[in-house]
Amino acid sequence: MALMHEMAAGMGGIRTAGDLVARMVMKGMKIDAAKEYVANKLGCSVFDLSDSAKMKEIRESLDIGTVVLRPHGSNGMAAKIKIAELLDIKIPSVELFKKQTGKSF
Amino acid sequence: MSDKCFTRMGDGEGIWMSKEQIREEVLAGMEDAIVKGKAQPMTGGDVDYLVEILTMPEKNVSVERGHEGITTFDAGTLKMAVRSGLPIDSSTALLIHERALCSDTMEICNTDYSYKQIKNIVYEEAMAMERAQMNCIMPIFYGAMPNMGLYTKPDGPVENWSELLPQGKVLEALEAQEKAAELCTNDMVYIGSILAEAGACGIQFDTAGASGDADMLAALQASKILSQKYPDLSITMGMANEFTLGMHGRLKFEGEKLAGQYPAKQVKTAADAGVHSYGPVINTNSSKSFAWNLSRSLTHVQEATRAATIPVLPNVGMGVGGIPLTTTSPTDATTRVAKAMLEIGKADGL
Repeated sequence: MALMHEMAAGMGGIRTAGDLVARMVMKGMKIDAAKEYVANKLGCSVFDLSDSAKMKEIRESLDIGTVVLRPHGSNGMAAKIKIAELLDIKIPSVELFKKQTGKSF
Repeated sequence: MSDKCFTRMGDGEGIWMSKEQIREEVLAGMEDAIVKGKAQPMTGGDVDYLVEILTMPEKNVSVERGHEGITTFDAGTLKMAVRSGLPIDSSTALLIHERALCSDTMEICNTDYSYKQIKNIVYEEAMAMERAQMNCIMPIFYGAMPNMGLYTKPDGPVENWSELLPQGKVLEALEAQEKAAELCTNDMVYIGSILAEAGACGIQFDTAGASGDADMLAALQASKILSQKYPDLSITMGMANEFTLGMHGRLKFEGEKLAGQYPAKQVKTAADAGVHSYGPVINTNSSKSFAWNLSRSLTHVQEATRAATIPVLPNVGMGVGGIPLTTTSPTDATTRVAKAMLEIGKADGL
């Protein structure tokens, strides 16, 4: 059932900008404001956010994780460190990782 | 059959109805929400569009480009590894959702989806969260239900108010609920804190209010404490019902009585508790048509989105939000609910 909801109405996760918009909605932003915020940070239009072809290019250029792994491309925590910086937000797991490694990014 | 449209009953059974019959069902479902929930009616344009969605000839439908919302889960990692019996662990389920299904968010949870039951294994759950966060890009919640009934004897320390009330022991029943709410709040804060410190992006309080207004109060109190303690932690709350059951009847949060709250009030109360997103639940009546149920749900959801200052993510799983009450919801119904919730209900996601 979840898959049908995602196909019918979801943003598209890391195929598009779904994870990024979700991070802003999770902070209490309504969906239109969240899309606007993410589009501004990515330097694209709101329309582009759910276009998987456009977002593949953007995600690859920013190295913030893609559906298909790439050699030396960021994934998991490495991608999230960049996402936190890009969206100018604190991601709890990134903060924990900084604390564990004693590094600041 | 040519003048009839294929649609369904609330239990998922396929039926044929004329467009006029479907419109009548839509109007009747909306009327139920207006009368019982004091919701405002949908506009004529919304009613027409809902009838159009319900009678579209396509098997599956989707939102128009640009109307997408985000998707969230309850019982997230339960679905593949437990209910569907896939021989995988929860961390694999997360990555399948991220990389194959392209979910916007996901949730780690335990098979016994209740906070009280997690206390003994909370550090193992925290380690699972830490490992998952190393591999996942999308946001990961930890979720479970307040399930305050578990605090009653013989499973818990508190007298059972459902047994006390029929005996006429009203004051004892009220005190038992208040004590259970206190214990439930403490457990949710304890578990939520450990998961937050393990790097969870968010905490979900699912099916809040299942044991009535005291259950809802426990979730609100836990949300308030956690949101103040961890400002970067996202808190989402999904409800148990379209109105908060007054098992206690006198409980208030921030001066507002909880019993009898419908979605438009529930969302404000949740926001006052520091909750970042709210999921209304409108239960499906399996004896009524899919059109009746979806219309009733949308009328309630519109009322909530009109009042909301936080995102509204309606629950659209089995038997809620217009989804038929069956373990395998037909895709034609599921996708129509998704489309209508975002385009007519003005929800921020699901």
